Amino acid sequence: MAGPAQVNVRPTMTPGASIVAPSAAKPVVEVKDLSLWYDDKQALRSISMAVPQHQITALIGPSGCGKSTLLRCLNRLNDLIDGVRIEGTIRIAGVDIYDPALDVTELRKRVGMVFQKSNPFPKSIYENAAFGPRILGVRGKAELDAIVERSLRDAALWDEVSDRLHESALSLSGGQQQRLCIARAIAVEPEVLLMDEPCSALDPAATARIEDLMTGLKTHYTIVIVTHNMQQAARVSDQTGFLLLGELIEFGPTQTLFTTPRDQRTEDYITGRFG
Amino acid sequence: MIHLPAWRGRHVGSDGRHLRQTFDHALQQVEDDLLRMGTLAGQLLTRAVDALARSDAAAAASVIEDDDKVDRLHLDIERRIMSLLATQQPMAGDLRTLASVLAASIDLERFADHAEGIADATVRLNSQRLVKPVVEIPYMAQIVQGMLHDVLHASARRDPVLAEALAAKDDTVDALRVQTLRVLLTYMAENPRTITQALELILVTQHLERAGDLVTNIAERVIYMVTGEMRELNIEAVGGLR
Repeated sequence: MAGPAQVNVRPTMTPGASIVAPSAAKPVVEVKDLSLWYDDKQALRSISMAVPQHQITALIGPSGCGKSTLLRCLNRLNDLIDGVRIEGTIRIAGVDIYDPALDVTELRKRVGMVFQKSNPFPKSIYENAAFGPRILGVRGKAELDAIVERSLRDAALWDEVSDRLHESALSLSGGQQQRLCIARAIAVEPEVLLMDEPCSALDPAATARIEDLMTGLKTHYTIVIVTHNMQQAARVSDQTGFLLLGELIEFGPTQTLFTTPRDQRTEDYITGRFG
Repeated sequence: MIHLPAWRGRHVGSDGRHLRQTFDHALQQVEDDLLRMGTLAGQLLTRAVDALARSDAAAAASVIEDDDKVDRLHLDIERRIMSLLATQQPMAGDLRTLASVLAASIDLERFADHAEGIADATVRLNSQRLVKPVVEIPYMAQIVQGMLHDVLHASARRDPVLAEALAAKDDTVDALRVQTLRVLLTYMAENPRTITQALELILVTQHLERAGDLVTNIAERVIYMVTGEMRELNIEAVGGLR
């Protein structure tokens, strides 16, 4: 295999590796003229956007607008669907992620994902958090223990599970399971964390915990979240993109988009006058 | 009374469907009540200055009494806006409208308090003959009243140009206050027995100047409501004699 294109690596993970850290001003994810078709049906239309590092970017829009499709493009999950054709480029930390030479497994290590419905493995809490690092070859117990604890702490779950790490992950509540999925995703220290409606199955208290967690996580990770909940986008995100019929209608600072949107279609959607 | 024109087309979605009609109706009602409150506050100012010019303490007393109506309207508008904010999670233009109406309602309530302040002065003067004919004060009130009329129209018509233009008139109000102050100082210097009355009249000009400032604030809210732009229309000049 040609050497996989190196996406940004945190120094604590692989000391000595070539570190290509984007500058503070440089976006981590750069999407340019991205179009996507499911067979003949065009789902994304020439989308361009730049996702800033260590910020939360929300994608909103009515059902079927293409927001989840766009999110899945960022770690090439759409590759798994038959009949998908993609044009345009996506660069993450400067690397073209659709470069045929790129190792997709390496990409998905660097671009983690949390799904709408929590999906812990039917294993212990510990094994869920240790799963990614084990796949990547971490074997030492002390090292794994440290990664598990750090991940669970970062996911604001450690205090609730530290005395029962070897119980089944399925014994946790829905909100705890979702935080465990976040812990599992960040255990491999991804550069970007994608979240597809991560709170839609959670009650308000569990949702608030995840939202608080996201705000804490952005210190280390760049987060892109798809949500149909506009109030959530307004609460947690720094940047918001509004999609409609596969087109990115407006993209900019969340505060601006929710108070003074430039496009009438954005205004109509966020004021609840169509959707 | 100013009526809202038919610009309500904005409440139709891009696809032509009418959505959120309950919310739209509630929004329309608070805006209507704000205009009602503004009209009432303007009438109070006119009546207060008329009562002063005619040295009519009884008419001034009725102004003081009617200020309660403005206060009640303000509280009612505020309660309804808080309820809409809590239950409807307004965004974008709706959010700017509610925030602006709330701020304007507070400004109008204070505007009416200044009308009441002028009426209070008239009551304290107790129908005594004034040391000089009241000329500048009704003129100041007329300008402020015109500004209020313009700002209510600007709000109803979503007209930021009109809102911006009216703020320039506030400079005239400020200049008239200074001019009146100079004249009254000469009266007080010539005859110390006029001091009590002159101080009341100076207080009245201050009320009018503040009322003009509040209208300018409302004009800023109208500009924000329509354009999303927060602007300071009048950087307040240093008051007093120069």
